[in-house]
Amino acid sequence: MDFFDRFAIPHPSPVIYAAMVAITLTVIAIVAGITYTKKWGYLWREWLTTVDHKRIGMMYLVSALLMLFRGGADAIMMRAQTALPENTLLDSQHYNEIFTTHGVVMIIFMAMAFIMALMNFVVPLQIGARDVAFPRLNALSFWLYFWGAMLFNISFVIGGSPDAGWTSYFPLAGNEFSQSVGTNYYMIAIQIAGLGTLITGINFIVTILKMRAPGMTLMKMPMFTWSALITNLIIAFAFPVLTVALAMGTMDRLFGTNFFTTTNGGMDMLWANLFWVWGHPEVYILILPAFGIYSEIIPTFARRNLYGYKSMVASIVLISVLSFVVWVHHFFTMGQGAMVNSIFSITTMAIAIPTGIKIFNWLFTLWKGKITITVPMLYSIGFIPIFTIGGVTGVMLGMSAADYQYHNTMFLVAHFHLVIIPGVVFAMLAGLTYWWPKMFGFMLNERIGKWAFWFISIGTCVAFFPMFISGLDGQARRMYTYSEATGFGIWNMLSFAGALMLAAGFVLIVYNIYYSTRYASRDISSDPWDARSLEWATHTPVPDYNFAITPQVDSSEAFWDSKKNGHTLYKGKYKEIHMPSNSGVPFIMSAIFFVFGFAMVFSIWILAIVALLGIFACLIHRSFEQDHGYHIPVEEIKETEETLGGAKQ
Amino acid sequence: MKIKATWLLFIFAAITLLTGCEPLMVLNPKGPQAQTQADVILLSIAIMSFIVIVVFAILIYMLVKYRASKQADDYEPPHIEGHPVVEGIIVGIPILIVIVLSVISVRSNYLVEATPEGYEDEEPLVVYAQSSNWKWHFSYPEEGIETVNYLYIPTDRALEFKLYSSGPITSFWIPQLGGQKYAMSDMVTTLHLAAEAPGEYMGRNANFSGEGFAENTFNVNAVTPDEFDEWVDEVKETADPITEEKYQELLEPGHLGQLTFSSTHLEFSPPPEGEHGGHNHGNSPNEKDMDMHGESDGHKHSDEESHHH
Repeated sequence: MDFFDRFAIPHPSPVIYAAMVAITLTVIAIVAGITYTKKWGYLWREWLTTVDHKRIGMMYLVSALLMLFRGGADAIMMRAQTALPENTLLDSQHYNEIFTTHGVVMIIFMAMAFIMALMNFVVPLQIGARDVAFPRLNALSFWLYFWGAMLFNISFVIGGSPDAGWTSYFPLAGNEFSQSVGTNYYMIAIQIAGLGTLITGINFIVTILKMRAPGMTLMKMPMFTWSALITNLIIAFAFPVLTVALAMGTMDRLFGTNFFTTTNGGMDMLWANLFWVWGHPEVYILILPAFGIYSEIIPTFARRNLYGYKSMVASIVLISVLSFVVWVHHFFTMGQGAMVNSIFSITTMAIAIPTGIKIFNWLFTLWKGKITITVPMLYSIGFIPIFTIGGVTGVMLGMSAADYQYHNTMFLVAHFHLVIIPGVVFAMLAGLTYWWPKMFGFMLNERIGKWAFWFISIGTCVAFFPMFISGLDGQARRMYTYSEATGFGIWNMLSFAGALMLAAGFVLIVYNIYYSTRYASRDISSDPWDARSLEWATHTPVPDYNFAITPQVDSSEAFWDSKKNGHTLYKGKYKEIHMPSNSGVPFIMSAIFFVFGFAMVFSIWILAIVALLGIFACLIHRSFEQDHGYHIPVEEIKETEETLGGAKQ
Repeated sequence: MKIKATWLLFIFAAITLLTGCEPLMVLNPKGPQAQTQADVILLSIAIMSFIVIVVFAILIYMLVKYRASKQADDYEPPHIEGHPVVEGIIVGIPILIVIVLSVISVRSNYLVEATPEGYEDEEPLVVYAQSSNWKWHFSYPEEGIETVNYLYIPTDRALEFKLYSSGPITSFWIPQLGGQKYAMSDMVTTLHLAAEAPGEYMGRNANFSGEGFAENTFNVNAVTPDEFDEWVDEVKETADPITEEKYQELLEPGHLGQLTFSSTHLEFSPPPEGEHGGHNHGNSPNEKDMDMHGESDGHKHSDEESHHH
């Protein structure tokens, strides 16, 4: 292939050209806007170089919302294409690219970023810490994720998007059957973002184990922190598998190795196994923080402590262990026989036990409570029935003999969307609304929020319930079209209607952010929900150092105790606070990673080597850098505390 | 109460749909394997509906009973730790349900992975089903005939499909006869089916395999054993044998209509099983120790014998 041919889109269409123009114009508008308002310096000093976990959390949040709209646009196009039989809105290739990027963007770049956003913002506050254990690594994690996401997202205008499914099974994803550079983007962009995730995993394990406030033993940690700890442990064990699998896949595609080829001793099954050895725990990496969020919100709005704290902890730990021994259920039909399938069928269904414990504990948290229905609570309540339906259909899929009929069908699609949407998306929206006042100093409008909730929850049911039926009627997933005789038309049309309702709900959320930013009262307390854990015990907006005095803890609801039971959180006097300095290196190094990734995607070896040298230069710079951070003097703390509405002492 | 009524209505509507005049393909089985699977599916739907109803009922009860608007302003909810008996129940009942489901699951696994019940004594009809982008090639080695994109099968006889692929992983699926199984290019997998009613059934590749995936379907004609024999004879008389050149031409990516040949491609292009398997490391027949290429033999052996490999 000619050098320049590789950069062209293999299957151009007017939509893609329009997108190219739109992207170029947006970039020009953003650059011009920042230049005109002279915000480059502000952007660099306050955001691009920040190592503050709260700001990093907010940047994850903005990225996650952007990716939600990217992935959502893909979803709408898919549903529009299949709404009618023999529709010609998209051709096969275009459709294949769209469902591939929908999966990757939603899982890796939206859901992961969303949980990173909330973990980053909340966990250090919840454990009474000043920041994470390694603030600069944290910045590196974010920027690796960000540039990985950017690399992935330019694929559809430069060179073509990956088209082998988000699972990218070999040999389909190999050079023989995927000749465009699309799958190179998949291998390398996910690798770069995945490195960031792995670093976060280690960072948060250390943070939670070493930096908790005095008195906060493991069994006195708030449930969201517990879920974050276990999530990051899963990340530390699962992501290296993805790293290795992607590296092998990259070598197969770029250097002609034979790990996953079907000749010369390669094994296509190896990819499927490695992918799901990571992929299944990944599901729990997404869902456990969501469980943590619900475990914070339900007690707050039932005005009662979480029921069965110990069994909640035990069930998270059990889920994390089981998550590593069920991966074969993603390919019961690969011919491993009744014995292997039986073992993995039982381990899969066993996950229902700890998950069931959690559902019942949430239900019993409502018992004898005093329930107020706010937007975060509405999502938490809506989560329970929809997730239960998604969950029990998961048990059905776990019965391997029956799975031969569900596998690869719309039934499966219905199941995992009905788990991931209430499980992850509802939790993120609940968490977003719940922690929004702590992040930004004003509350989101409840009325618009409730409208959005109803659109999203009813949209979810309308979009995905029909898929159970069309799946049982023989509609395979990932088909870009079907004939009228199949009778799938009505179900797919319903799904499309549901997808439009979902889209309307998300538009309402954006409108809510706009509306509340403009009109919401800034005069709110630092604890507007009357909540229970430590993140509400500091000022809003949270000062750089989080807590002027490190809080003392003696229960899992320390802040509630301080409000109701006369527990004293802050003992002692202000002391000088040691803070980490900002650094531009994480941003620069990750940007070089982007260049490296781009060069690898197109096999431009000289550029790849130069970029690699740049990455090493950043590493060496860091090794010899003398940076001891800085100290905030007592005077300044006093002043800050007073301007924020009185010292918390 | 309104929610409960809606829910009942939903179940009712779902049941009407599932059992209505146009039954869903998977729940309208025409063979013993599909019957086993449909039974498991319906049974699990029943058990799962019970769980869903319990969860819904508790949720509605809690929401109705413990709304803030129903309580005194000065009511302060109590602090309640978990109760061992309650937690015993919420652990115990799911464990019981999972045990029941496990028994059903394991039993049905062994059923669908074996010759269908009642057909064990007869010789099964062996059909090699090979997928290529985006077609299916069916070889009947005993009959010595081959078809493309359609199947003829006798009713009331065990069918043993030997699946493999000359390209991406595909999945051979005839919903009304039984669940699917993967076809891969470096090994052969076996799917046991049988048809108990004559008729035309839909078959397809269910696993995404690239651009032509959506149209990667085939027709299944289940006919009585006599009619099947007639069809075989007719094919042998009327169709041309498949040549190596013709076969290579058919493998080219694209879609084809239905084709019929009076010989199979298995003779000149063997399936990836046994010595032709993708993971066969080429034992020479005169080597006594068959397990020599296993790493478990340790270094002592592999050093001595390395010249064999």
